[in-house]
Amino acid sequence: MKPTEELIDQLAESVVPVRRLRPPLLRAGLWLLGVLCVAGAVILAAGAMPRFGERTVVPGFDTEWAATVLTGMCAVLAAFELSLPDRSRNWLWLPLPTLLVWVGASGFGCYRSWLVVGADQSLQLGESARCFMFILAVSVPLAIALTIPLRRSRPLEPMPVLWCAGLGVAALSAAILQFFHPFNITVMDLAAHLAAIALVVLLVGTVGRRALWRPPGLVRETR
Amino acid sequence: MDANAKDSAGSGADAAAQVGLRWGVLMVQAQAGEAPSYRRLLMEVTPYLRAIARRYHRDPRDVEDSVQDVLLTLHTVRHTYDPARPFKPWLVTIARRRIADRLRTQWRTCARESQINESLYETFADQQANPSEELPEEGLLRSAIAQLPAAQRQALTLLKMEEMSLQEAAQASGQSVSSLKVATHRAIKSLRRLLAVNPDKP
Repeated sequence: MKPTEELIDQLAESVVPVRRLRPPLLRAGLWLLGVLCVAGAVILAAGAMPRFGERTVVPGFDTEWAATVLTGMCAVLAAFELSLPDRSRNWLWLPLPTLLVWVGASGFGCYRSWLVVGADQSLQLGESARCFMFILAVSVPLAIALTIPLRRSRPLEPMPVLWCAGLGVAALSAAILQFFHPFNITVMDLAAHLAAIALVVLLVGTVGRRALWRPPGLVRETR
Repeated sequence: MDANAKDSAGSGADAAAQVGLRWGVLMVQAQAGEAPSYRRLLMEVTPYLRAIARRYHRDPRDVEDSVQDVLLTLHTVRHTYDPARPFKPWLVTIARRRIADRLRTQWRTCARESQINESLYETFADQQANPSEELPEEGLLRSAIAQLPAAQRQALTLLKMEEMSLQEAAQASGQSVSSLKVATHRAIKSLRRLLAVNPDKP
């Protein structure tokens, strides 16, 4: 073990100017703006806007979509906040209310479509598998893009950051999915969406832990 | 008296706030790359960190290791300090997290390893299985080996004491593998006789 004073000398000698991180709200906002630009360009290029317009007339759809987007935004902001050492851990709960509204509204939509089209059609696998793959496929690049700025924060406790990041990218993917989802949500759809979101959160939690950042190794004891 | 106590408590809190402010300013200078400010900051926070670490560790060596962990981590995450926010909560969070990391590692180590008394060098619990250099039999054994014929002594030394393989011993001694085997067997038999060890007893 090196004497602490010696370590302080070494650290002081090696100090170089560092660029301070910008406030997390600004960083999250800039990241979301980037996603908005890319996703907006893809949606416009794919000509998905008119179809989305048709769907907004479905009762409850606007609530559900707004809750999805807000969950994504809140979760991304929470991830940026939690990645810093001195922020409250209560940021973890920020996406919860909108998440509940989102799941509730989706459930309500399912119930409606159950009444309209009947149980047989509601329980068919149909397009649900495609939704599942869509959420996964969009979440992966988003998760990679979110890991890069989060790494710079060097979170000392990565798991809450990763849970929020995973929920954020999954919710944003689900919101983008609605542009390419030309039918009302069924029970199987809801199950597929929830399964995909759970999988994304799990994947980001396990894979992201290695990708994020590791604090310096513990000082080797001389015993 | 009460008013005086309140005053002194108030001035104590003021002094603590002043210290926090000064550390914040030093940290901002450190972020700009000013080595003297950074050194002063680290020197000033070290006793404070030691006091925190002492709450969690009993061994003073653990306390010092934890202080060093925190200093190293502070160095790597120094760009995350925001001058608009108080310095002490930032420092204390880093300290608590790193101390928790060390405690967790120690618990894991404790679960897997057991402490060995450093004064003992035994490999096995059974005393008979751990002949030490001080044993009186060693001298007897050496003199018994010295009494052996040269070929037997050489075979025994190479194979059993220097732990060579048969091929290595054959190369080193110039004897064939089979004659080495025979010589070793005879050497051990002779030693048994010389030391009068009962072959039935291990």
